[in-house]
Amino acid sequence: MIQIEVTYYAMLRERRGLSAESIQTEAASLGALYDDLAGEFGLPNKRQHLKVAVNDQFVSWDSSFAPGDRITFIPPVSGG
Amino acid sequence: MFALSDRPLLEHPLVQSLADPAAGALVTFEGRVRQQNQGRAVTRLEYEGAELLAANEFKSIEAEASQRFDITQLHCVHRTGMLEIGEIAVWMGVLAPHRGPAFDACRYVIDELKKRLPIWKKEYYADGDSGWINAP
Repeated sequence: MIQIEVTYYAMLRERRGLSAESIQTEAASLGALYDDLAGEFGLPNKRQHLKVAVNDQFVSWDSSFAPGDRITFIPPVSGG
Repeated sequence: MFALSDRPLLEHPLVQSLADPAAGALVTFEGRVRQQNQGRAVTRLEYEGAELLAANEFKSIEAEASQRFDITQLHCVHRTGMLEIGEIAVWMGVLAPHRGPAFDACRYVIDELKKRLPIWKKEYYADGDSGWINAP
């Protein structure tokens, strides 16, 4: 079990009801972590539409993570 | 260089400071809030962004643009918060020795920015509805 920080933006933030939280997890990858959170909090379950970042750098869903990392799930973007 | 700002963009230091004696061309682009989208009347927009991640990703786009086009400086600022119709949502300026690469780089960067930067737009409609664009 490790502790990480998860940050949410836009529709994910609204769905979760907060911008950031500390979480204890046993998930082995970012994909597994998202699936756990999606199941628990009713986030969109189609992970193929999302991206993920660790400590402000985009990474792949099968990346691992370390205690204290800041993990950000990125819904489809619409800037400009 | 890239920044998010919750203030009118033309007041931003990145807009004010774009200058280079070696550059004979400046191409700027403004993306503005328009009053309709896909047939629906829009009353205002709300933007939010992940600033550090956006700045990191913009550095990659800037490096790509510098490799492809002969440019000397590139500044971009994107608004956050609530915007009214006609306000500037994104401002970009490209300096280059000559106009051709300045135009080409400006087009490249705004296209990549819209695809890649972690920034989200919520539209508020005249009928009272609202929604995030591209929501899964």
